[in-house]
Amino acid sequence: MTTAESPKLTRKEFVSDQDVRWCPGCGDYAILAQVQKVMPEIGVARENTVFVSGIGCSSRFPYYMNTYGFHSIHGRATAIATGLKIARPELSVWVVTGDGDGLSIGGNHLIHILRRNLNVNILLFNNQIYGLTKGQFSPTSRLGLVTKSSPKGVIDNPFDAASLALGAEATFVARTVDVQAAHLQSVLRRAAEHRGTSFVEILQNCPVFNDGAFDDVTDRATIDEHQLLLEHGKPLIFGPGGDRGIRLDKNMEPEVVALNGANSEQLLVHDETNDALAYFLTRLERPRFPVPLGVLRAVQHPTYEDRVHEQIDALHGAADEKAFDALFASGDTWQVGQAK
Amino acid sequence: MVATIGAATTSAASAKRVEERSTVVIRFAGDSGDGMQLTGTQFTNESALAGNDIATLPDFPAEIRAPIGTLAGVSGYQLNFSSGRVFTPGDDPDVLVAMNPAALRVNLADLVDNGILIVDTDAFTKANVRKAGYDSDPLEDPSLERVSVFKIALTKLTSQALKELGLPNKTVVRCRNFFALGLCSWLFTRPTEETLNWIAEKFKKAPQLVEANTLVFKAGWNYGETTEAFHSSYTVAPATGIEPGTYTNMIGNKALAYGLMAGAAKADKRLFLGTYPITPATDILHELASHKELGVITFQAEDEIAGVCSALGASFGGAIGVTTSSGPGIALKSEAIGLGVMVELPLVVVNVQRGGPSTGLPTKTEQADLLQALFGRNGESPVAVVAPCTPTDCFMAGYEAVATAIRYMTPVIVLSDGYLANGAEPWSIPKFAELPSIEAKFWTQSQGFHPYLRNEDTLARPWVVPGTPGFEHRIGGIEKDYASGNISYDADNHERMSRVRASKIERIAEDIPPARVEGSDTGEVLVIGWGSTYGAITEAVAQLNAEGIATGHLHFRWLNPFPRGVGSILKRFKHVVVPEMNLGQLIRLIRDRFLVDARPITKIQGQPFKVRELVEPIRALVEASK
Ligand code: SF4
Repeated sequence: MTTAESPKLTRKEFVSDQDVRWCPGCGDYAILAQVQKVMPEIGVARENTVFVSGIGCSSRFPYYMNTYGFHSIHGRATAIATGLKIARPELSVWVVTGDGDGLSIGGNHLIHILRRNLNVNILLFNNQIYGLTKGQFSPTSRLGLVTKSSPKGVIDNPFDAASLALGAEATFVARTVDVQAAHLQSVLRRAAEHRGTSFVEILQNCPVFNDGAFDDVTDRATIDEHQLLLEHGKPLIFGPGGDRGIRLDKNMEPEVVALNGANSEQLLVHDETNDALAYFLTRLERPRFPVPLGVLRAVQHPTYEDRVHEQIDALHGAADEKAFDALFASGDTWQVGQAK
Repeated sequence: MVATIGAATTSAASAKRVEERSTVVIRFAGDSGDGMQLTGTQFTNESALAGNDIATLPDFPAEIRAPIGTLAGVSGYQLNFSSGRVFTPGDDPDVLVAMNPAALRVNLADLVDNGILIVDTDAFTKANVRKAGYDSDPLEDPSLERVSVFKIALTKLTSQALKELGLPNKTVVRCRNFFALGLCSWLFTRPTEETLNWIAEKFKKAPQLVEANTLVFKAGWNYGETTEAFHSSYTVAPATGIEPGTYTNMIGNKALAYGLMAGAAKADKRLFLGTYPITPATDILHELASHKELGVITFQAEDEIAGVCSALGASFGGAIGVTTSSGPGIALKSEAIGLGVMVELPLVVVNVQRGGPSTGLPTKTEQADLLQALFGRNGESPVAVVAPCTPTDCFMAGYEAVATAIRYMTPVIVLSDGYLANGAEPWSIPKFAELPSIEAKFWTQSQGFHPYLRNEDTLARPWVVPGTPGFEHRIGGIEKDYASGNISYDADNHERMSRVRASKIERIAEDIPPARVEGSDTGEVLVIGWGSTYGAITEAVAQLNAEGIATGHLHFRWLNPFPRGVGSILKRFKHVVVPEMNLGQLIRLIRDRFLVDARPITKIQGQPFKVRELVEPIRALVEASK
């Protein structure tokens, strides 16, 4: 993150004067609070921070941040952020989107910002439902989910946001949940640090239209069995007291094994730079396997905006009078009457 | 061979008679693979360098490579060059170069009586003749008696000229357009030095092609000079009545790209183009992409929507956001243009119109997107609209669009079209320093800021870019409160903001020249046009006045807002006629706004108006009302 030094800010300074208008109990509140908390730590001045969003419940986010903000149209935040970041590479640009905005109507722009690798942080609030339009299924809704637009159950196959991002060549992919403040914060910090597009899927509860969609992941009673907290260089261990792990069987299929002191060597070890492993982790089937949370992939590639400006800067040109007069007369020319 | 090209061009010591002509219309026609656009373009350059006034009409098929020899694959390039002023590519060609039977069939009917027809007899094989839909060899047809036919074994002569080089036959055949170019250059005593330089430059990566094309070009020239085929050649004197200055040959899309770049540079801002390739607008992308040395950023987006959205994002960041497209792409961009209206950021949207609806006629011209530009968005969504009149006017249209977008913090739509985009004419090269100044200051005043505070004169809101401390604010597509810029769903406020947005666009009329009539200032007929019909209407109006029908010409360059003073002009004429290359769009606005009984002249064939297509109905209207 490049920015001028600024005096230490506090959370409060990132809170705008606008009333927050999400439904009571919405997971968005928790996410907003953590983002506001992490911002001062990231250390970018408020004026150099821009939140861009599309349309949906999550897309109200910029109004609540006391930074620059652009609440745009459905699905297009990533495209607007792309233009902004190319024009102003020094800004810290954040996109807030949802499973409808980012994965359905804006799916095309999402995959392309990821493949280009602009240094933009994308927070995708995945609540597996359309909230703002009052409860239709989304591209991440589970098969069979009964909603207003699927009274007999959803028949569309959902896709996995993190798998999609990896397929689109994302250089940073992470997953976290709304209710786990510390984890959410650590992922946000990592996303901000990453140079390149950071894609963060945040599992978010919509208590009004899809309450409890992630209860199995977040329920205190079962949390250990259903979450796999990823740490770079550490084996894939989960369960109460870390009593089990994940390894590959002889068919290269994942399997859960109870740890007995002797078999921990056989466990897979997380490596954020290993593409195949990252994809493999996003394919672990729920509830047979736990949901991996944390940084799935983090690799360094050149950013798009750097390449744009390298090509321009390499020419050492100037858009001045001399350059334009030369340009205008660059074809064959002829005189009529007295030359001007 | 006796005469050589070098000698002849410097001394003009031709043994043959040289006849003077004031105006010539020539059309090169062949298969899309025959290089007719290249030939036409270079012949145009020669004519421009010869000091003639010029206007061109390239006309090519949508298919990159239609089946060879078919009617669908015929590509044409028409040029009108003159010792006087010309405003159109000419109604009908005096000279037709037909490289194959299909080209002959498509174009022969247009050739004037006693016109010159040059054909490559080698291309008139049985198979080609049949492919063109002829039952028998058309060159033997008595209908050709109305014109002077020059039957030349062009392909054979080309391969003779190249026999020393040992090139594959395919390459030899592809050189034959240079024979045609050389021959026509001789026939109209065009300067050839620049063409030889141009060949050397264009093919410099393939030295063999430089040699081959040079040889063939000279062979064509020498064929005219030395064989018995032609008894005389022609010359068209340098044009008079042209403003003094330094000129270059310019096409619309390039001029538009120059105008956008110059406008941004004058405003001391970075030009950001977010776009997606589409015919016939893509050349603007190509041109801008090749000027990174001027700091221009071109972003080829994943789709049309990302093109306009990225431009808007760049404008939010303080750049001049531009997006370029044609009708189908503009349809996709319309929601984002509406966002531009709502967030009030500078945005230039270029629509190089083509035949529609849907995919329509991608390579042909039309003016049927006017109502789309004005009204093709949800809600009351006023934007400024400017339509260049000629290929070179695309420069100032692009420049003024940038200036207006900044001054009024608004999207501006530039309505060019396929005819202007590819059409060429001489451009009086401006001096950058003499272009009107464009002031573009970001807001930094500390007092009483809110994002929708309005300038009293222009009603524009302040342009405050991220990175400016103390002015952090949020903009977006939801209605804003007039007094605070915060989100507002208040009923009265929405009405107030809707009216302010409309008034803001109306105020642009203060900056644009008032309506002005060309031709007769008062009288029988007022012809109202917009955009690329300028040239055809100008010539038609001149003819009608010469015939004694007092005719005026009012041309709308700005379509939103209208210029001031239109109402009083309308009162000075008995009839109002509105020619358009659509089914009647501007005419609705004229009738609605001024309550006059305007008559349409419409043409929707993918081709510009011929002058007589305007003169005849107007003459008939006047006769009928006598
Ligand atoms: S509808 Fe759901 S996601 Fe939207 S604000 Fe309400 S609780 Fe949150």
